[in-house]
Amino acid sequence: MAKKSKRRSFIKYGLAAGAVALTSGPGCVEKKDEEEEGEKVRMLTTDGKLVEIDRHKVREVAHKHVPPEEAREGIPGKKWVMVIDLSRCRNARKCVTRCQEMHYLAPEDEWIKVFLMQDSADTAPYWFPKPCFHCNQPPCVKVCPVGATYKRTDGIVLVDNERCIGCKFCMTACPYSSRVFHWKEPEGKEEAAHNDYSPETSVPALVGTVGKCDFCPDMARMGKLPVCVTGCPNGAILFGDKNEDIVSNGSETFRFSELIYERAGYHFMAELGTEPNVYYLPPVDRMFDYELGFKTLSEEQQKFYRNSIVKKH
Amino acid sequence: MMELDQKSTRALKFFAPQMVTISKSGIFRLILLLIFIVGGIYALLVQIIEGHVVTGMRDNVVWGIYIVNFIFFIGISYAGALISGILHLLRVKWRTPIIRIAEIITVISTFIGPIYILLCMGRLDRLHHLAVFGRIQSPIIWDVLAISTYLIGSIIFLYLASIRDMAALRDYPFESKWRNGVYKFFAVNYRGTSRQNRYLDRALDTMSAIIIPLAVLVHSVLAWIFGMTLRPGWHSTIFAPYFVVAAVFSGTGVLIIALWIFRRFYNLKSYITKIHFNYLGIILMILGALYGYFTFSEYLTSWYGSETWDMEVLYKLFDTSEYWWWFFFAAFIGVLLPIIVILIPKFRNINSITAVSVIAVAALWVKRYLIIIPTLETPLLPLQDMRSEYIRYSPTLVEWLLTFSGVATFFLFFFLFSKLVPIVPVVKADDSVNYSQLRKTVMKRIIKRKIKEEKLKEAKKIEHL
Repeated sequence: MAKKSKRRSFIKYGLAAGAVALTSGPGCVEKKDEEEEGEKVRMLTTDGKLVEIDRHKVREVAHKHVPPEEAREGIPGKKWVMVIDLSRCRNARKCVTRCQEMHYLAPEDEWIKVFLMQDSADTAPYWFPKPCFHCNQPPCVKVCPVGATYKRTDGIVLVDNERCIGCKFCMTACPYSSRVFHWKEPEGKEEAAHNDYSPETSVPALVGTVGKCDFCPDMARMGKLPVCVTGCPNGAILFGDKNEDIVSNGSETFRFSELIYERAGYHFMAELGTEPNVYYLPPVDRMFDYELGFKTLSEEQQKFYRNSIVKKH
Repeated sequence: MMELDQKSTRALKFFAPQMVTISKSGIFRLILLLIFIVGGIYALLVQIIEGHVVTGMRDNVVWGIYIVNFIFFIGISYAGALISGILHLLRVKWRTPIIRIAEIITVISTFIGPIYILLCMGRLDRLHHLAVFGRIQSPIIWDVLAISTYLIGSIIFLYLASIRDMAALRDYPFESKWRNGVYKFFAVNYRGTSRQNRYLDRALDTMSAIIIPLAVLVHSVLAWIFGMTLRPGWHSTIFAPYFVVAAVFSGTGVLIIALWIFRRFYNLKSYITKIHFNYLGIILMILGALYGYFTFSEYLTSWYGSETWDMEVLYKLFDTSEYWWWFFFAAFIGVLLPIIVILIPKFRNINSITAVSVIAVAALWVKRYLIIIPTLETPLLPLQDMRSEYIRYSPTLVEWLLTFSGVATFFLFFFLFSKLVPIVPVVKADDSVNYSQLRKTVMKRIIKRKIKEEKLKEAKKIEHL
């Protein structure tokens, strides 16, 4: 809980203002008596401007509980997309850990994974963060026997763990290995227990059911970015609404269509016909050498990564 | 009372006492089975309490030997589909003594198979969700529908084919009267009248005609669970027929093994003869060749095409440090050995045919393992930053206990069945269709139609004029 509130406040004071413009959902800043003067807080907007706002004017929007039936609908008028800039990733792994904190996941459960990729023996390796792709033609949704995993109007694919029977068919159907199974009672169960379950928060997790990256729709409802986006120290992950044609990493905001056009955005394994909602920008003009990425890994992990990259040769 | 001919009376007197007694070695075998089953129940409790973490399955290999066992048991259920479906409609004479054994195999294995699916489910308490929220788009729902229909169909067939015996047993003077009561209930007042026989035969013919497409469907749907995914080694168009052929192959193998066991332990040498082993052996050989052809075709095409992902799975199968010896056993020994042994008359005898059947059935279990596990160990995205149990699946004690208890349950049910109905049909069904009668009716119909046509022609001529 302590972690969570810390994270919340970080976002609250750091990014709330910027994110308002982004999602134009229910506002974060309430208009109150303008005459009332008080302590000022500095906030950073998405276009990098530092602004001052009265502390009392800053409100964290109460976490709206969305029950499972309502969570099947999606946020009206939205079409969420993610863009991952591979030239900026150095395997800092903050997206992974932030996501695990947010969803009370065990260390082995990674809803966003970072792979070390190399397309062929002669090409340069690069780090490749991979969340759930929230495909428009999701193979996982197709095969679910009970409709526990479903596609929403805002493009998000969610899992309702109150309906999931744990057959794991979706896990074999997903070509991107995006799903994890709760093989035992989830860790951090007590901490998460105070949350009313909603497929939008995916918390608390339930033993014998499937979980995966949910694109943080609960954050979106509060006008905030997913935690992997705000967690990334290099702004490699951008998130936004395709209908508004805007994506942001919290400090920079881009036109989605321009970004994809100019930087040659692509779909990973587009040939599978799944039509992902996650786009990648190729790793050109990189900010970091890929060797830098090994620093965050234990020796054992380094071995795994290096071995699997050797195999590809 | 029903009139029985001499042969049937003799058979009844042979089987009925067997059904109410149990030998000492029989009791020993029964206790052995119960020990295995209790072991399985213990394992199941551990799995329910601790969660699926007690299995060898992890996020990459999400399906393990439970699914292998599921395919295996559904596969051997084809014993009945072959005998009571195809051989029944072809009026093959020699099938009569083995029809009951085949049908019982079908019913029991179709019952046990789906239990393994339940063991693989994370939330057994939500089984009813399949009925409440079921989506027809999901191959799992196809599976539920197909298997339950097949199970019911097989039970109906087994029952219909047992009615004559039930009637005979109803009239047999058992010491405990409850048996007569039970048989009276199930004999549904069968007296062996010609009308009853006609209806019963027609029902049996209808059911066997229904069983064949059902059986094909069941294993096709099962294959599609894998075929519909986008995974190397699974996403194959020939998977449905491949699985069907493998299923009949394994079903025939298990039938041969069962015949051998019964012949030996139930003293059925005068009923189950070398003819049965020879004929079934030849069927096994043909199916083995067909199955080998499918296997060859499947791996040849994926190897020749050499797509990266397909090759990764193939490398694992042909790598001596990974699966090569298992693959060698499953795809070479298990196919070629039955063919060679049965093809050459010098090698062909009851014991050798049974031995190669055991090898074929074991090879098919391994083959299912090699279809499921290596593919799951080879996701499209590379396995990185993962603990070794995530990369390599190995079944745990819990999984093995549940596997063996499934096999033990199979034998236990067989034992119980053999105490309720004679393992070999006592009353010989009169399934030699009266062909001369049939020909007469058909001819009559044809003549009638001809006369009608003639009349029509004449009428037209008159109109024309």
